[in-house]
Amino acid sequence: MKLPLKLRERGASFIGGVHPPEGKALTEHKEIERYVPKAGGEFVFPLSQHIGAPCAPVVNKGDRVLAGQKIADSEAFVSAPIFASISGVVKEIGPRMTVAGSVDPCIVIENDGLYEQAPALFDLKNKPSVNDYIKIIRSAGIVGMGGACFPTHVKLSPPKDKVINWVILNGAECEPYLTCDNRLMIEEADAIVDGFAMVLKLFPKAHGIIAIESNKPEAIEIIGQKIAEKKIKNISVMPHKVKYPQGAEKMLIWSITGQEIPAGIGPLPPALPADVGCIILNTRTVWQIYSALTKGLPVTERIISVTGDAIANPRNLRVPLGISVRELINACGGFNYGGLEPVKILGGGPMMGISMRSLDVPVVKGTSGILALSKFTAHIEDESNCLRCGRCIDACPMRLDPELLDKAVRRRDYKLFEEHLGTNCIECGCCSFICPASRHLTQSLREGKAAVMAARRKAQAQQASQSSKQEAAKK
Amino acid sequence: MNDNKLFVASSPHVHSPFTTRRIMAYVIAALAPAGLAGIYFFGFRSLIVIIACIAACVLSEYLWQKLMHQASSIKDLSAVVTGLLLAYNLPPTIPLWMAICGSVFAIIIVKQFYGGIGCNIVNPALAARAMMLISWPIAMTTWTLNGVSGATELAMMKLGTAAVSQATAEPSAAAAAPDLFNMFIGNMPGCIGETSSLLLILGGVFLIYKGIISWRIPVIYILTASILAPLFGHGSGSLITVLYEIVTGGLLLGAFFMATDYTTSPMYAQGQIIFAFGCGLLTALIRTWGGYPEGVSFSILIMNITVPLIDQYTKRRILGEPKSKSKLKKLLKFKFKKEFKSELNTEKGAAK
Repeated sequence: MKLPLKLRERGASFIGGVHPPEGKALTEHKEIERYVPKAGGEFVFPLSQHIGAPCAPVVNKGDRVLAGQKIADSEAFVSAPIFASISGVVKEIGPRMTVAGSVDPCIVIENDGLYEQAPALFDLKNKPSVNDYIKIIRSAGIVGMGGACFPTHVKLSPPKDKVINWVILNGAECEPYLTCDNRLMIEEADAIVDGFAMVLKLFPKAHGIIAIESNKPEAIEIIGQKIAEKKIKNISVMPHKVKYPQGAEKMLIWSITGQEIPAGIGPLPPALPADVGCIILNTRTVWQIYSALTKGLPVTERIISVTGDAIANPRNLRVPLGISVRELINACGGFNYGGLEPVKILGGGPMMGISMRSLDVPVVKGTSGILALSKFTAHIEDESNCLRCGRCIDACPMRLDPELLDKAVRRRDYKLFEEHLGTNCIECGCCSFICPASRHLTQSLREGKAAVMAARRKAQAQQASQSSKQEAAKK
Repeated sequence: MNDNKLFVASSPHVHSPFTTRRIMAYVIAALAPAGLAGIYFFGFRSLIVIIACIAACVLSEYLWQKLMHQASSIKDLSAVVTGLLLAYNLPPTIPLWMAICGSVFAIIIVKQFYGGIGCNIVNPALAARAMMLISWPIAMTTWTLNGVSGATELAMMKLGTAAVSQATAEPSAAAAAPDLFNMFIGNMPGCIGETSSLLLILGGVFLIYKGIISWRIPVIYILTASILAPLFGHGSGSLITVLYEIVTGGLLLGAFFMATDYTTSPMYAQGQIIFAFGCGLLTALIRTWGGYPEGVSFSILIMNITVPLIDQYTKRRILGEPKSKSKLKKLLKFKFKKEFKSELNTEKGAAK
């Protein structure tokens, strides 16, 4: 498929969006460092680290596990297994707090500090064939590492009738502060390009696009060089304008291909990228695919930017999953006391991340950053009246009307909310960011979406029970 | 580190530096030069009128919210903007008690009765000016410049005695009336803040540059009003009348600072174009055939109350929504006639 040349030259983008302060300078030029925790620490692995069915533990209390050993799995298709990141003894299988603040079932392993490795996922002597790729990706527990955590093997097996024309590597990293994807592209460009070429083997008709925001010139240059060196013809690098949320899948597809993903109207859910012939993979996901397919390694580590103005020594760290956030912050010199005391600790970036209420929570597959913001950067302000200035309308990348939807939610008018297609909100946070009156628009829309979804599920369940009753009555 | 000190909230956790207060501060900064010109040309009394209006607005907002047990919103500076705009729309000789009555009317009846900032349906300053113009017509239309009272340029244009039409016939009369340059810098009879076109344009361009207002409403409004009025036969009908239309009266003040009021203007780009065109058309109509020499306040007030309707008909298509004709296009095609007919038919059928 031919690339629209004009787009490629001028740095593609989308309509709407905002320009939050970048804050990337804190860690942009800091190399990824491996963090090896000392023996004795507790590692916590929540049983649900992905979208889909939660896993069931396959180890018992008191078992000794090795690094890279599978500790939980599920029969369901939309699910991904979970692996131990360290060797040690299973201390407990029970509830623990996660980043989101909820208490979920977890497997707790005590680190013995030996880092004994489990055998690879497959026999490394035989190179896996393309037909086995999906199976290996499933068995390696790979999910969308950008934060959405959708199981990658599901994404890579679209329905047969869908022709995939574009495979997009999302290296936009539009979230402020986070630099882990950027560093990964610079330091492991070979693995990224090779891994992406492997993914493209699954879709012979597709063209590969590596989308990078133009505030990462180093990454754009290195990846471009590697592609030229390896003489790969079906991959190209496409610089994008620096604008939030450039990395959101709908915005990325629109700015690369000019296609709109059909919106969800009425009871229909929004369509998927595969419906317009696109598949989007995060940088880290591609790296993980590469190491699974060449080294037989499952997901046991991830790269995290521990940053923010309240962190004494911001760094990019490669850490074993399950490590506690408190330990990571201590590894970065703790908090930057002296005026810059943290008021918000976030899992993820400042636009879509989750604010934590405790530091004793584990890092999971989808945690892309730990961010500590001081009162100077974190926004804590009361709402005031809406001015009807229309900034939220201009900023909304989905071109919704957040002001109207917010009013609908506040008076519990979910019918109006649905009528104005509020369920298509991608919760990017642009409207709340830009609102001069500090109205909590994103929060309100999130609430509206949840209420509409709950009502739909309830209606479906009722319908199902009614029809089953009718059938029973017929018999 | 005590975890209890952590603040938990829904994302996003950062915010743009633009707050209501900052926006209002920018508007005040943009308005200030024109006010200074008013004080320079009309004398010290103008300053007293401005101060009286601002003080009355802020105080009435504060007292009202105190009485109603509401959180005070005077810190957002919107009452200051209202007072400033009202003062700019008053002649320098206005009795202070009238100015204070207008300010209280603007804040309490037009703004707070409807729910405070963001909830009013018409521009408070303009509504107050309209009220004052109806209640005290003579005090509101007495203009003096350098101690000599006279009519405004617009009133003269209406009577056909304006400088532009007189210039050819009676050179002596033309010399008495201000020339275009003096009118441009503001040296002519008029309201305190509306005469200095130069400084109003500078202020407006500053607001557009800072992203506080969009260019659409002021540019379209000014162009429509200044081109349509001469076409309707206002003034002498020569090409230069277009410039006279712009620099006289409150067109610039209205277009840059009043019609662009967030609360009472449409939110979508398409709607803003319709709104601005409507304002321009009404201004030209009133200036040409209306009972008053000036039509800016009334045209903006009339268009203000059409905003909810305009907003409803100019909604955008969201990303990924099937392309269908917008509500506006449907309306323009008079489709509602058909629907109405079919409704009538069904009603008839039901009656039978």
